[in-house]
Amino acid sequence: MIPTRRGFFQKCAGGLWAAALADRLGAEGMMPRQPHFPGKAKNIIFMFQEGGPSQLDLFDPKPGLGKYSGKPLPPEYVKFFESKLAFAQPDAGILPSPRTFKPWGQSGTEMADWIPHTAARADDICLIRSMHTDAFNHHPGQLLLFSGSMQFGRPSVGAWVTYGLGSESQDLPGFVVLASGRGTSGGVTNWTNGFLPSLYQGTVFRNSGDPILYLSNPGQLSRQTQRTTLDALKDLNERHMEETGELDIASRISSYELAFRMQTAAPGLLDFSKETAATREAYGIDEKATRSYGTNCLLARRMVERGVRFVMLAHASWDDHTELNKKLKENCDATDKPTGALLADLKQRGLLDSTLVVWCGEFGRTPMVEHRLGRDPDQGGRDHHPFAYSMWVAGGGIKGGQVVGKTDEFCMRAEEDPVHVHDLQATLLHCLGFDHTRLTYRHLGRDFRLTDIHGNVVKKMLV
Amino acid sequence: MISGIALIGLLAAAPPDFLRDVQPILVKNCTGCHGEAVQSSGLRLDRAADALKGGYSGRAIEPGDPASSKLIRMVAEGKMPPSGPKLTSGEVATLKDWIAAGAVFPTLKPAAAPKQSSHWSFQPVRRPAEPPLRNTAWSRNAIDRFVLARLEKEKIEPSPEASRAKLLRRVSLDLTGLPPTPEDVEAFLADNAAGAYERAVERLLNSPHYGEKWARHWLDLAHYADSDGYEKDSPRPYAWRYRQWVIDALNRDMGFDRFTVEQLAGDLLPNPTPDQKAAAGFYRNSLTNREGGVDTEEFRIAQVKDRASTVGTTWLGLSVGCAECHDHKFDPISQREFYSLFAFFNPLVDHDVEAPLPGEAGPWLAARPGYEASRREMFASYGGPELMAEWRTRLLKAADQPGNNDPVQFAWKYVGNLTNGLQPVLRMEESQRPREQREQLTDYFIERASDVFSKEELALRDWKSLQKEWAALTKSAPAVAMAQSVRQSFFPRPSHILMRGDFRSRGVEVQAGTPAVLPPLEGEANRLNLARWLVSRRNPLTARVTVNRLWQEYFGRGLVFTSEDFGTRGEAPSHPELLDWLSSELMDNGWRMKHIHRLIVNSAVYRQSSKVRQDLREKDPDNRLLARQARLRLPAELIRDSALAASGLLNPAIGGPGIRPPQPKGVTELSYANSVKWPESTGPDRYRRGLYIFFQRTVPYPQLMTFDSPDAVLSCSRRQRSTTPLQALNLLNDPVFLEAAQSLGVRLLRESPPSFEQRLSHAFRLCLGRDPDPAERASLERHYQKELALLESNLDEARYLYPQSDGASTPAIGGTWTVMARVLLNLDEFLHRE
Repeated sequence: MIPTRRGFFQKCAGGLWAAALADRLGAEGMMPRQPHFPGKAKNIIFMFQEGGPSQLDLFDPKPGLGKYSGKPLPPEYVKFFESKLAFAQPDAGILPSPRTFKPWGQSGTEMADWIPHTAARADDICLIRSMHTDAFNHHPGQLLLFSGSMQFGRPSVGAWVTYGLGSESQDLPGFVVLASGRGTSGGVTNWTNGFLPSLYQGTVFRNSGDPILYLSNPGQLSRQTQRTTLDALKDLNERHMEETGELDIASRISSYELAFRMQTAAPGLLDFSKETAATREAYGIDEKATRSYGTNCLLARRMVERGVRFVMLAHASWDDHTELNKKLKENCDATDKPTGALLADLKQRGLLDSTLVVWCGEFGRTPMVEHRLGRDPDQGGRDHHPFAYSMWVAGGGIKGGQVVGKTDEFCMRAEEDPVHVHDLQATLLHCLGFDHTRLTYRHLGRDFRLTDIHGNVVKKMLV
Repeated sequence: MISGIALIGLLAAAPPDFLRDVQPILVKNCTGCHGEAVQSSGLRLDRAADALKGGYSGRAIEPGDPASSKLIRMVAEGKMPPSGPKLTSGEVATLKDWIAAGAVFPTLKPAAAPKQSSHWSFQPVRRPAEPPLRNTAWSRNAIDRFVLARLEKEKIEPSPEASRAKLLRRVSLDLTGLPPTPEDVEAFLADNAAGAYERAVERLLNSPHYGEKWARHWLDLAHYADSDGYEKDSPRPYAWRYRQWVIDALNRDMGFDRFTVEQLAGDLLPNPTPDQKAAAGFYRNSLTNREGGVDTEEFRIAQVKDRASTVGTTWLGLSVGCAECHDHKFDPISQREFYSLFAFFNPLVDHDVEAPLPGEAGPWLAARPGYEASRREMFASYGGPELMAEWRTRLLKAADQPGNNDPVQFAWKYVGNLTNGLQPVLRMEESQRPREQREQLTDYFIERASDVFSKEELALRDWKSLQKEWAALTKSAPAVAMAQSVRQSFFPRPSHILMRGDFRSRGVEVQAGTPAVLPPLEGEANRLNLARWLVSRRNPLTARVTVNRLWQEYFGRGLVFTSEDFGTRGEAPSHPELLDWLSSELMDNGWRMKHIHRLIVNSAVYRQSSKVRQDLREKDPDNRLLARQARLRLPAELIRDSALAASGLLNPAIGGPGIRPPQPKGVTELSYANSVKWPESTGPDRYRRGLYIFFQRTVPYPQLMTFDSPDAVLSCSRRQRSTTPLQALNLLNDPVFLEAAQSLGVRLLRESPPSFEQRLSHAFRLCLGRDPDPAERASLERHYQKELALLESNLDEARYLYPQSDGASTPAIGGTWTVMARVLLNLDEFLHRE
């Protein structure tokens, strides 16, 4: 039935179900595969804004809130909110946003003054103001966003996508994670392969030390010694394959060779010396505030150029329960400029059409104030808000320059075109060429999928 | 006859089809509260008769008249569903059209599932007769006869026995998880008397490493870890006591029946020993979320569900967790039955117990009374009891009047977030509180009084001094080891069906009970009887599921491949009679697992060569028929253990708390706010077996995860075996493995005569339990010479590779042997048990 591995793969014509056998077939599980139908996008850059950025201060202007300042929400909202808040009390006063909003680009999408670089790309961006989720705490919210379930243990969207599409890169992992700021609540569970073969788990490029765990030769061990080791290994492994007839050994051999290529390719990826001064400036590589996030944004572009399928960029944290104004400014200063630069750069290089760029948190923040440090308005923050928040998507298959959905006057609920996290997932998979109900994996006696039993493609978001 | 107008209507737009168009809307929005399990306001919308009858407030559907149908009014005005997204205008229109067209329900199949199933795994285990055979010489025991009978039917010859060297390495790794030492190999190859292999098997079964090896498989099912999981992921300092209990129980060959009862109900046994309480630490492997602001009930419920699912997978081999949100789609397990199982575990409370280690109990008991008296005196001298009474009054008031935005609310919530859930203890009168909880609560109160009282109030009582003195006093507390366990809640906790699994949507109340498709539970429905029911002779699943999992570790796949799923969606057994024979053998022999291990490893089936056979590639690519052994990649822990053993670094100590081998700093930086600490183990602890590596759920030790260890979130009955480039990087470049290569290199120089051949043979025996063949020797000699030349011209590298000189060799020779050792420790054969 399986005369040779390669022959076997050819027989499946790169079909999806071949991927299900990848745990037996080793590195070949990463060969590029066709989705269900031709997708507009081939790659994703998922810019995860951990903690829940405040949509009221960035994307969803509510000038009418001024007159309610300090007053509690009307009772019908309070009832709705009861027992679903993490910290704030439902009778807390309303905190109007001190930000100024104006329309941007030809589309005239309104965004706040603290994110001018992002806002300048308004015509590429599909802003969703009607997101909602089921979780009102960080870790469950992140699990739901990435794995479609609040339970621990399901594969992350990045793992699903690489499982579905394989990788275009022969010397880099297919799913890469880049982090800036402090760690996220979800940690590795945000990029886990769950029950999918471990081939599909996110590989973390680290801020310090080796970008990939154990990428460098230890200490003074030279490249020649590494090569001799691999040559000897290859000789003996090949002999053993002949003797035992076990073709799986070929996967082991190729995994060592890929590891060796990664040792060369990854440092090249990190070498920005060939980037122009203008590019470095645009991403803010040499400025203190933007260095970390900007480096990750530039890395993301370089990875997409090299065929990395899924780049997750995690920035923590926007969890501003206190001192909202101060912390929001810091986060905007750290992320806005590189974000705008990445969109512009991708577009200029013709990569935006085939790359989905997603910017979102696990939820948004309440219109009511939360006081933990005292009553001084500058020390106030906002609580977690799962019922109505904003995020944006740009690039492959997405219709830019538009706003989807609308919230009520208090930004408490999504009034028009509510988009659930599962709908977002279904839509992203659609852009990549997948019917989200058919991208499945059998585990514990059941076919699992990213969107669990939910999700509808949001047609309005599409080109 | 169809009138013209109706015909035009039909052509214009066919009325909505109930199954295709209407039912999905009702299911998504309505039947959670108006369906089979609950009927809010008496309304049920999933069956025609009930739907048309209406609810407590009258009719909801007027066929043909959407305008006067209350259902339409409620959804169109957004009154229903009461929370979550409303129906879209399109959905409302569909419902209107359907009612306008007469609200036709198709005749549906009756919902009630037949409770008698013909599925094979629900039938009683019967001991089958052994089959007749043509070849009567090959078999060594009954296992072989069942396997051979099938092979003869397919006209396939079994494979010859593996070489003795291979066999010893195989059985050593399988029974103890450690490769044989060169002395073991030599003794075994020299023992030409009959029964040499069987004697080796007995030696290995009696090794204390047997318990370690097989404990790891059980810990996968129990999803053991040393930390809470979720955001904070706090360490669980005494989790290891449960692991220890498992290792000891397996080494003593405790019957699987008792093994079951102690883990599931150790705390309910009469006068339970500390060990039995630690066994019930089984339950404590569920995750705990201590994130600020979580709904503690949500995650308590998640734990109960996890416990029910884990028991379902581990003992019954059924994915009962699927029935958490709806009736099981494929197996005869209803949602009600899932919550009946849930109800056994719902009254569990996490409870840490004093569990003295050997030698600790006597001195500890003697010192207790004096210590308790000192506590009472000190607390009273600061007016503690009065203040604590006031604290209790305020907290309980806050608890009963939620909604005030004040610190006392938070204080009450924090009390609930503690490990032992002190809220109910606080509700008790002081005299009723068990001693341990009483002490915990006092400690907590002294530490956190400022949650409720002002600085001034506390200063009045000189609280800071009390805290200081108290810290010193509790430090002097008579030391005793603790263990995680559980106890029954002090208050009854009714269990409800949770609609779509949502802890906020309570359906009808359910009582504890077992699935109706299985033989009935005997006696009162409590955990102790549940445990006894699981291991009763009449339970058709437990023995089958258990022997199948043992089998799986020996052949790479179970007789039932889906070892986690014996339901109708699982794979049928390849050898049903063998499975039943082994099951009855387990039960007939006091559920002793070593008996089954012995039978399997002594069988001719097990002893076959694992060489791939051309003729089987076509006929049996998955090796279901067992005409050869399997070649299996070692689990993550065993790769570490083998490298440490071969290099001579291994510390073979059994048991004890977790250890933390060196790992790059960046690993824990990925934990939440960099909060996880990883104090590297020093001294011999660095070299302990992989099973003792501290399992930190949010940032697990990389080598474990890279080699497919389960993430300890859910019960795992079958590990994956992947091949990835990250594995290559790990084995090549991780300092832990480089150190092993360096030690192995020095060992070769020290322990063998200084010829290339002899050193290489020693290396092969240490790593692979065999000698190199001439071609392997020739190839490695070539690479040896090349590397030697390289290092002779690069002495810095040579010295780096050869830091601990044997005193006789040059750095270049020493370094080259480190490189040779590194090659062997990366060989595919080294990573496999063949």
